[in-house]
Amino acid sequence: MKIVVCVKQVPDTTEVKLDPVTNTLIRDGVPSIINPDDKAGIEAALQLKEKLNDGSTVTIVSMGPPQADVALREALAMGADEAYLLSDRAFGGSDTFATSTIIAAGLKKIGFDLVITGRQAIDGDTAQVGPQIAEHLGIPQVSYAEDVQIENGDTVVVKRQFEDRYHILEMKLPCLLTALAELAEPRYMSVGGCFDAYREKEVKVLGFEDLKDMFNPEHIGLKGSPTNVFKSFTKQAKGAGTVYKDISAEDAVATIVAKLEERHII
Amino acid sequence: MDFRLSKEHQLLQEMYRKFAENEVKPLAEEVDEEERVPYETVEKLKRYGMLGIPFPKEYGGQGGDVLAYVMCVEEMAKVCGTTSVIISAHTSLCATPIYEFGTEEQKQKYLVPLAKGEKIGAFGLTEPGAGTDAAGQQTKAVLEGDHYVLNGSKIFITNAGFADIFIIFAMTDKSKGTRGISAFIVEKDFPGFSVGKHEKKMGIKGSSTCELIMENCIVPKENLLGQEGKGFGIAMKTLDGGRIGIASQALGIGEGALDETIKYVKERKQFGKRISQFQNTQFEIASMKADLDAAQLLVYRAACAKQNKEPYGHMAAMAKLFAANTASDVTRRCVQLHGGYGYTREYPIERMMRDAKITEIYEGTSEVQKMVIASYLKVN
Repeated sequence: MKIVVCVKQVPDTTEVKLDPVTNTLIRDGVPSIINPDDKAGIEAALQLKEKLNDGSTVTIVSMGPPQADVALREALAMGADEAYLLSDRAFGGSDTFATSTIIAAGLKKIGFDLVITGRQAIDGDTAQVGPQIAEHLGIPQVSYAEDVQIENGDTVVVKRQFEDRYHILEMKLPCLLTALAELAEPRYMSVGGCFDAYREKEVKVLGFEDLKDMFNPEHIGLKGSPTNVFKSFTKQAKGAGTVYKDISAEDAVATIVAKLEERHII
Repeated sequence: MDFRLSKEHQLLQEMYRKFAENEVKPLAEEVDEEERVPYETVEKLKRYGMLGIPFPKEYGGQGGDVLAYVMCVEEMAKVCGTTSVIISAHTSLCATPIYEFGTEEQKQKYLVPLAKGEKIGAFGLTEPGAGTDAAGQQTKAVLEGDHYVLNGSKIFITNAGFADIFIIFAMTDKSKGTRGISAFIVEKDFPGFSVGKHEKKMGIKGSSTCELIMENCIVPKENLLGQEGKGFGIAMKTLDGGRIGIASQALGIGEGALDETIKYVKERKQFGKRISQFQNTQFEIASMKADLDAAQLLVYRAACAKQNKEPYGHMAAMAKLFAANTASDVTRRCVQLHGGYGYTREYPIERMMRDAKITEIYEGTSEVQKMVIASYLKVN
C-alpha cells in the first residue's frame, strides 16, 4: 500500500510572540516545525507500514518554499521512504482552495492508496485543505481520526472524534483521512535516519511545469485563490469568569438568567 | 576551514536536544537521588540508535561518525551526567575496541549486538594497584588448551552492574611488562566471572560503578582481542578515543550548567534588580561561555581528526584536559551565581558540580592528559 502523508511546515507557535506595536507575528528567529497534527499523521503512517509489513511505503508531500526541505528531511529521518516538495513561485499566495488543488495534482502525479493529512495547521487553523484534497481527487474521506486500522487489505477503519461520541467508519481504498494529534505520539528521528535523510534519500521537487497537466492553472496561486481576507484581528484575552458558590439551584438559575439578560444574550 | 555543522549534524542536534529535554532531563534528579541506572532511558537510547552511532550499518550501527557520537554525549550530559557516561563507556570503551581490533567473527558476535544496543558494554582496566599506572596489572591470564583462565579483580568499572560484555585486560606474561598485557572479550556469564561491590560516588550517581572479580574465569581462546601481548596498546588507543567521549561529557555538563544559570539570573531579583543586570553576572556568564565554546572546538576537532584517521591522541588529551577543567570551573561558578539556592538539591546546579568533577579523573586524570601532551611535544 502506498501511504502518502501531507505535511505543512509551520512556525512553532509556542515560540511566537506578537509585536506589541503592529500586533503582527514576530516570525524572525522562530523555529519552524512540522505541524503537530501532520506529525501524528506521519507516525500513524509509519505504524501502519510496520504493522502491515508487506512492502507498504510511506511518502511525504509538502507544499511550500524551498526551506520546507528540512521538514521533509525530518520526516525521512523518522523513517519515511520518500518525500516530495511541491514548490514554485507560481504556487505562492495560494489560499486553501488553490493549495488543495496543487496538492491533489501532486498526489495524482505521485500516486497513492491512503492519504493522511493533519486535521488543521496551527498557523492557519482552517482544517480545509485535507477535506478539499479528497474532493479534488473524488475519494472518500474521514476527518478527525483518532485511530486507524486496515482490514482485509483494502478497508480503512477510522475512529472519528465527534463532539459527544465517536464514530467508527469504514472506507474502501483509495481514501483520505485527517489526523488528530491524538492519533499517534510521534517518534523521534533516529540517528541513522538523520544520516539517511541526507545521504541515502532525496527530497524530489515538483514545480509548475511538472504538474501543469494535472490542474487548471487558473485555480492556483494568488490569482486562483477565491478567499478574500475580510478582516484580521488579535483575539483579546477574556477576563476570569465569576464563580458563585454555595447557592441553591433556584438562585443559580435566577442569577444566570439575570446575567444573560443583562448582556442582552436572551 | 568550515566551522558549521553539516545538515545531517544539525538535524541530529535537534533530535538529541528534543530527546534529552523530554526523555532524559525529567529523570535526572531522581536517578541521582536514588543512585539508580535509568534503564528506561537505556531502552530508548537503543530504540533511536544512540548506542551504536559511529559504527557501520553492516555491524548493526547507525552509519554515523565520531562527531555525531560526541554530540550525542554532549547533549545528554547537558541534562544528565549519568546518562551521558552510560553511552560513552559503552561506545568508546567496549564497542570501539572490538570494531578496531576485533576479528570478523568477534565483530559479528559482539559488535553487532552492542551497536544495536541489545547488549551493553563495559571496560575493565583499572585495578586497586593499577590506576594511572595501568601497566601495573595484577590480573593474570593463563592459556590452558582452548581457553584462558583469568584470575584477579578490577575496580571502578563503569556500567559494570548491568553490562553484558566486558573488555578485560590481564597479564599473559608478567616478565614482559606492558608487552605482557593482553585484552579479552568477556561475557558476564562466563564461569568464574562476577560483579562485586557497587561504589557509592560523589557524582554521576546513577552510573553503575562496580568491582569485577575473576576467579578461575574461563575465557575461550577465540575471545582474545588482538594479539597476545598487544593489550596495553589496545588499552591506550581505546582510552585516546574514550577521552573524546569524556571531554564531550564534560563539555555538556558545563553547557547544561550555564543554560540553567542563564535562566536563573534572569529570574532572580536582588536589590530591586534581576541579577542578570549586574555586571559581575554578565562578565561571569560571558567568560564561561567563551571557555565552553573553546572546549567545544577542541572536542569537535579531536572527533573529526579521529574520524579522518589522523593522529588525534594529543588532540583528545587537550580536549579532555580543557573541557574537564572548564566543566569543574564553570559548574562551581554557576553554583556561586545561584547563591544559597544553588547549594540546595532543589536546583540541578549542585548535581552538575558533583558530576563535573569525575571528568578530571576518569579515563586518564588531567595530569595524565598533560603527560600525553608533553610527550607529543617531545618535552621529556
